[in-house]
Amino acid sequence: MQVKTRVETTINGEQVEFLCEPRQSLLECLRDIVGLTGTKEGCNDGNCGACTVMFDGRIVTSCLVLSVEADGREITTIEGVAEGSALHEIQKTFLEGAALQCGVCTPGFIVAAKALLDQELNPSEERIRLWLANNLCRCTGYDKIIRSVQDAAAKMQETNA
Amino acid sequence: MRWVDYESPSTVQEAISLLGGDRKAKMLAGGTDVLVQLRAGRGDTNLIVDVKGIPELNEMRLDPQQGLTLGAAVPCYKIYGDAEIQKAYPGLIDCASLIGGIQIQGRASIGGNLCNSAPSADAIPMLIACGVTCKIASADGTREVAAEDICTGPGQNVLRAGELLVSMHFSLPKANSGARYIRFIPRNEMDIAVAGSGVNVTLENGTFKTARIALASVAPTPLFVREAGEALTGQPVNDESIAKAAALAKAAASPITDMRGTIEYRKHLCEVLTRRALNDAVKRARGEQV
Amino acid sequence: MSTNNYEPNMVLSTKQFKVVGTRPVRHDGADKVTGRALYGADLQLADLLHGAILRSPHAHARIKSIDTSKAEALPGVKAVAVSTDLPAPGDQVVDIGEGDTPLKYVRDNVLASDKVCYKGHAVAGVAAINVHVALEAVGLIEVEYEPLPAVLTAPDAMRDDAPVLHEDLTTDELGEKTDKVSNVAKHFQFKLGDIEAGFAAADTIVEREFDTSTVHQGYIEPHNATVLWNNDDRIHIWCSTQGSFVVRDVTATVLGIPESRIRVTPMEIGGGFGGKIPVYLEPVAALLSKKTGKPVKIVMSRQEVFEGSGPTPGSHIKVKMGVTKEGKIVAAQASLAYEAGGYPGAMVTPGAMCVFAAYDIPNVVVDGYDVVVNKPSTAAYRAPGATNAAFATETVVDEITEKLGVDAIEFRLNNAAKEGTRRADGPKYRSIGCVDVLEAIKNHQHYNAPLEGPNRGRGVAIGFWFNVGLQSSCAINVNSDGTLALVEGSTDIGGSRTSIAMQAAEVLGLRAEDVRPTVVDTDSVGYTDVTGGSRVTFCTGIAAIEAAEDVKRQMVERAAKIWDVDAETVEFDGGTFRGVSNGNSEMSFKELAGRLGKTGGPIVGRATVQPKAVGGSFSGNIVDVEVDPETGKVTILRFTAVQDAGKAIHPSYVEGQMQGGSVQGIGWALNEEYYMSQEGVMANSSLLDYRIPTALDLPMIDTVIVEVPNPGHPFGARGVGEANIVPPPAAIANAIHAAVGVRMSRLPMNPPSLMEAIWAKERQ
Repeated sequence: MQVKTRVETTINGEQVEFLCEPRQSLLECLRDIVGLTGTKEGCNDGNCGACTVMFDGRIVTSCLVLSVEADGREITTIEGVAEGSALHEIQKTFLEGAALQCGVCTPGFIVAAKALLDQELNPSEERIRLWLANNLCRCTGYDKIIRSVQDAAAKMQETNA
Repeated sequence: MRWVDYESPSTVQEAISLLGGDRKAKMLAGGTDVLVQLRAGRGDTNLIVDVKGIPELNEMRLDPQQGLTLGAAVPCYKIYGDAEIQKAYPGLIDCASLIGGIQIQGRASIGGNLCNSAPSADAIPMLIACGVTCKIASADGTREVAAEDICTGPGQNVLRAGELLVSMHFSLPKANSGARYIRFIPRNEMDIAVAGSGVNVTLENGTFKTARIALASVAPTPLFVREAGEALTGQPVNDESIAKAAALAKAAASPITDMRGTIEYRKHLCEVLTRRALNDAVKRARGEQV
Repeated sequence: MSTNNYEPNMVLSTKQFKVVGTRPVRHDGADKVTGRALYGADLQLADLLHGAILRSPHAHARIKSIDTSKAEALPGVKAVAVSTDLPAPGDQVVDIGEGDTPLKYVRDNVLASDKVCYKGHAVAGVAAINVHVALEAVGLIEVEYEPLPAVLTAPDAMRDDAPVLHEDLTTDELGEKTDKVSNVAKHFQFKLGDIEAGFAAADTIVEREFDTSTVHQGYIEPHNATVLWNNDDRIHIWCSTQGSFVVRDVTATVLGIPESRIRVTPMEIGGGFGGKIPVYLEPVAALLSKKTGKPVKIVMSRQEVFEGSGPTPGSHIKVKMGVTKEGKIVAAQASLAYEAGGYPGAMVTPGAMCVFAAYDIPNVVVDGYDVVVNKPSTAAYRAPGATNAAFATETVVDEITEKLGVDAIEFRLNNAAKEGTRRADGPKYRSIGCVDVLEAIKNHQHYNAPLEGPNRGRGVAIGFWFNVGLQSSCAINVNSDGTLALVEGSTDIGGSRTSIAMQAAEVLGLRAEDVRPTVVDTDSVGYTDVTGGSRVTFCTGIAAIEAAEDVKRQMVERAAKIWDVDAETVEFDGGTFRGVSNGNSEMSFKELAGRLGKTGGPIVGRATVQPKAVGGSFSGNIVDVEVDPETGKVTILRFTAVQDAGKAIHPSYVEGQMQGGSVQGIGWALNEEYYMSQEGVMANSSLLDYRIPTALDLPMIDTVIVEVPNPGHPFGARGVGEANIVPPPAAIANAIHAAVGVRMSRLPMNPPSLMEAIWAKERQ
């Protein structure tokens, strides 16, 4: 019998519940059921990173997570990066550094970059590039993205110092 | 994707009973291979059995006498995030760090890489080189299978319906031993190996005491090149011995030409990668960094 | 510029303005970094159905029958559409955004009628309650095919015994339609001077052949369209497109209805690079919506993007160049055979225009061939055709400079195109920056830095794109607080709405932040051509400038009315209106704006423009590589991109274009290709095996913006979006040669190919 599953989960700090089919990915449910369309689909097979979310403290490609697996978990999407109306440092440096052109890969990059900066204060350029290798961008050539992550790291160090 | 049911058992017994049932069940750990395949219509399944809730499959225990017990579902990031395992099993860290990218490593598991049984699997040559044994549970109890005996063909392995890979066991690294996995990919991350070489050597007085060499992407299964490792036994640790072993690895390879590489190019890479991996493994055996 | 003051990003500015040339945060920035910006797939409507497309498994086949009954019977399926639901095309011709083409080809590409011409060719569409049911239904449609032999490359398709794709396609031979049924849709030729005399006068001649593989634009956002065919027979389309008016007009023509019945709302677009100019999904979604009475959304999967949209042509190119011993190019000849894919229209003409465009050569012949093959019907990809051509020319030039023992840049300077140089396709250059780009390379710290170590080499190359103007419209409303609401119709693929706002702000003495730009639908702004051809900052910019001038004129008249003086006596300077005849009364723009309501009503400025004086852009690269001689893998150590922007309106976004185009060029050079089986099936139709560069594969991309003002634009701007993708494959090929002594004549120069070349050299 094709019965939907009820999922209770925490998304961006809020308790959320929804019904879904096991075959639906977390990406699909975030976008089509919960209505958080900030997370994007670029390939649906884990290769482009546009669907990156935080899942229990790790960045994952949400296209390869089943939404039923979200039960009891903590998820952060791009919509949960800013703190109220205050942009996170990485969002600010992306804008100041012109680190986006079409912007469709930007949510994935911001979630991924924030995860790095939350755990490492002063990543090297090489480390940033390695960390972001699962996020594809076709518009920018990555240069300004990497520089914006470096700028955000520097600013966050200043604030914490 | 067609409709599938989903179950998340919390014991090995439950999992086995679901896997042995009539819904053509498929195991789910990280999902980074399985979900892609199911969406492509490969594999006929009505039930996904999520094994991540089973304690034994999440075990990651480094025992100072027994060695490392690695649960089948432990994701890569946990493995390379563990300082003790980093120190003791750098070869395993090599593999866990290069499957996909950071997001994939947040989910993908070594056990899943093994059960997916791709000829190009990045973890399997290292499992073979380290002489890993695999604990498989079924309704009849458990059995141990050597890593090199798991894969039987592209995407095929010895697990029967109703069987579950529980964990893999790595013996304690011997003194003066070093392991290394190197693969060749056209980019620097994210790609499937065009060819890969996993080696594990133990040195004694300037000679190779033992050596195991296994290759990825150059045969229908990951390839244990027993003769290449045996050829090193008792040989001096120098370029000549390493070159001979690398040549044997190349000779044993039987790759195909496909979108990732030609036969000639892959065989050539076997020699190059085995040589480089052996040199790095020797460095590690001597306590140096690579 | 001296070699000592190196900065990763340099702007060699020749003129300063107040707003133009600064780097404000883009107006749509907050939405884009918070996930609020709505792209096509994000659209949610009441009662929305989801569509999926059935695609041909064969590269070439006749369709004998289509049975959709099982699909229609599946619970959850609401409608099915096939080609017979569309009106017959007749002999109509339609403007697809970058040229005219027979309607039959466009319509057949949208839904195949009698045959399929490539694997992935759309055959039917299904609408269902969700995408999973739609995909299941697609699997239940039964099509009877009669497979035909497939032909996959231009040289093969040009043979007399090649399988023919279209029985009614005859070659247009040098402007005359012949009755020769062929896969060659067109053969044209550009000529200058006397080619035989030219080669006779040459002391050194180099002649080489090249092949480039099919590559895809690789935008991260797949194609999508949502269409509602409403109960009043009006159609609303929301989609990801580079040209909303093209979507409107092509969809209307394919459906056989007046374009006035269609309104297109462009959603935010996640990359295009030319690939989102053609129309694919909209007519199918429209048919499904008409049949169901509900809106239908169709989103391509990544595999469909590769197999069912428009990659850029693979090509077979011959270049022959003759030079005197003094290092002057006296003759150049090229043959460009480009694969159009399943339907004619390969972008070979632009390639032929650009192949020798960087050089002043008195005797030139360029032959171009538009050849159909059983691959997806090609579309434009950023400077379409020019990258293929530059790979050939710049490699030959490199070989010549090696033979002559001269510096790569000096040779190019001695032959550089200048103002007055005539191109083989006819036009004479106005003021252009080829020499300036070359000088910037010559003086750059990168070009003069030592490069040490084995298997390392440096290469340079230069490229050109002519850019286009076409038509744009713009309207500006003056708000009572002195800010402007600006509407325009150029979908924004790279931050252009901000550059457009900046140009209006400059005219009216306002800040960039004071202008709020919005990209609007086809009912809300005058006709605007596609976002392509590097024309938006130039042409829509001019529309914004003229709309701002219109605002200024009306504001001047209003001030005059308020002061009761003649309008000629009111000046506007840097944001202030001044009445010179009445004791210099002054009013700021903001003050006057606040008084409009009570002095005659709001002011709206508008303009629609078709600027003719388009300025082309030259670009050049310096690249250092290291080759692993045991694996053939190339590492890019250092990359510098130089480009003439005329005037960089927003330098950060000009740099972004240069960096993005360079990296696409790097991917094209090293790894990207459609790996096709003999049967014409793409084996690598995923982002796993179609390998675009990741962040870990690249260094920083340094930039130098050169500014040789374009007289055709009030601030001197030239389009910059495209020229930057032209030189990278050639520059990398030249660097590889410097590193390991092999000359590559095929793209991509992937590790196995480079290894083959190294082995071949060792065997010599």
